[in-house]
Amino acid sequence: MADLSSTSVPAESQAGKIALRWLLYLLLGVFVLFYLMPLFVMITTSLKSLDEIRTGDLISLPREVTFDAWRTAWSGACTGIQCEGVRPFFWNSVLIAIPAVAISTLVGALNGYVVAQWRFRGANIFFSLMLFGCFIPFQVVLLPMARVLGIMGIAGTIPGLIFVHVIYGLGFTTLFFRNYYVSIPSELTKAAKVDGAGFFRIFWSIFLPLSLPIIVVTVIWQFTQIWNDFLFGVSFSQAGTQPVTVALNNIVNSTTGVKEYNVDMAAAIIAALPTLFVYVVAGKYFVRGLTAGSVKG
Amino acid sequence: MEAPKGTHPMIKWLEENTPKLILAPSFIAVLVFVYGFIGWTAWVSLTRSRLLPKYEIEGLIQYERLFVSPRWDTAFGNLFVFGILFIAIAMILGLVLAILLDQNIRTEGAIRTIYLYPMALSMIVTGTAWKWILNPGLGLEATVRGWGFENFRFDWLVNPDMAIYTIVLAAIWQSSGFVMALFLAGLRSVDGEIIKAAQVDGIPTWRVYTAIIIPSMAPIFLSAFIVLSHLAIKSFDLVIALTGGGPGYATDLPATYMYAMAFSRGDIGQAASSAMVMMMVVFAIVVPYLYSELRSKDG
Repeated sequence: MADLSSTSVPAESQAGKIALRWLLYLLLGVFVLFYLMPLFVMITTSLKSLDEIRTGDLISLPREVTFDAWRTAWSGACTGIQCEGVRPFFWNSVLIAIPAVAISTLVGALNGYVVAQWRFRGANIFFSLMLFGCFIPFQVVLLPMARVLGIMGIAGTIPGLIFVHVIYGLGFTTLFFRNYYVSIPSELTKAAKVDGAGFFRIFWSIFLPLSLPIIVVTVIWQFTQIWNDFLFGVSFSQAGTQPVTVALNNIVNSTTGVKEYNVDMAAAIIAALPTLFVYVVAGKYFVRGLTAGSVKG
Repeated sequence: MEAPKGTHPMIKWLEENTPKLILAPSFIAVLVFVYGFIGWTAWVSLTRSRLLPKYEIEGLIQYERLFVSPRWDTAFGNLFVFGILFIAIAMILGLVLAILLDQNIRTEGAIRTIYLYPMALSMIVTGTAWKWILNPGLGLEATVRGWGFENFRFDWLVNPDMAIYTIVLAAIWQSSGFVMALFLAGLRSVDGEIIKAAQVDGIPTWRVYTAIIIPSMAPIFLSAFIVLSHLAIKSFDLVIALTGGGPGYATDLPATYMYAMAFSRGDIGQAASSAMVMMMVVFAIVVPYLYSELRSKDG
């Protein structure tokens, strides 16, 4: 868009323009501080000793940097009766996220390919039903899901959580791929069919090679959703299978013993690191997923 | 596709129906795990289920209990206080930040990254961080007092009348950067020719924004509203991590009410009916939107 601040301004208002420019940067800077402040406080608090936290203030830098809190958070902090830090739960989250992301992305790609390129009667109804499914508040499925997981014998297990995340991730993954594949001319599929290529052949040698950007967007979206999930994690896990978000909440809100704020902050940063890392290395795709999830079509 | 002569009819059938067979498992999953489950919850919300579900329909008794419950009253009221403030402020802030960032800022990329990173965090992480910052004994209040302002008070977190605003604050911190990204994309897609023409005509910058640019972004306002209201209604993690619904149940939202009834009170009937009310609120907002989206796409 055009730069509105550089319109033809009379010379005498040149000083005003510069002042405006400064004000602009000042405002942007204030908001930079607003967004960065919690992260800064988390990092500095995690590097302080408890004594220094009690006597010092929130935004001062640590006088003495110590990594004790990080060590405790990783392998010693208590989540209820268990005192193994967030480490086992971090790995639970990894074990949940990787298969759930892979399966929901693959199925979503195939679904999107069918809905966009192999139109048949009912395909659109399927897509509409799926789209509505993206928007339900999950509270409405918690009770029956708890029972069904019990009947399937996977209640409170990691496969159970993978299953739940795949089921409720399909709406968005299908949506992403459908919207991407719909822009590929259907003549391509038709021509390939005339040449005798079948359903999977066309997917494998025409669509998949074109799909890298949307695969990245979908994988990042799903990974962020699943890693950051709390509701399913807290509802469908039991001691030992909780994801890292649930463990973090247990550490922070455990009522026994001395409150170790530095450990809380270190644990929070550990829980946030994977998604922050993804955001920093692939921010462009992260934003695209967010906007694709909200602005359809 | 024409199968060669002599192909087994079974294989021919498989080839013709592959697309349907691929969709079938997802179709069944959606029918059962979304629509079937909604049906189950709706059914149970009409029974006297307590610790275990019962299936004899008793009418609207659970909804009657819900609407006379003071705790639900607080939770539902909070949803509107929280929802309206959160959506309004996040949208205004997002729009203002987008406009500020759209003035040829040299460090735009870096600033955008900073504004948006909270969206990558779990609400539990956000809640943990703000809980610490807002801690009256050791957080911001103590810090400002340490600077010499002995009477500075900022005890929202433990003040039942103010605690809900801490949730608003943290939620805005988390999501306003995302709204900014949506609006920034919208600003960039406004036709530059129209703006240039307006500038040539000597129309002041603020008029260009209020009369041309902002009205042309109506669809983006709508999507931002849908996403934010969806986030507001589903907000659960943030309340759990920041206030735990307290003090008392001053910051309960329908989502935490439902969870408490389902998993700690053993009152499945109440849980089901509160979940149904949540769904109706979501659908009242989302269904007209999706309906118009799907229609405009077909047309």
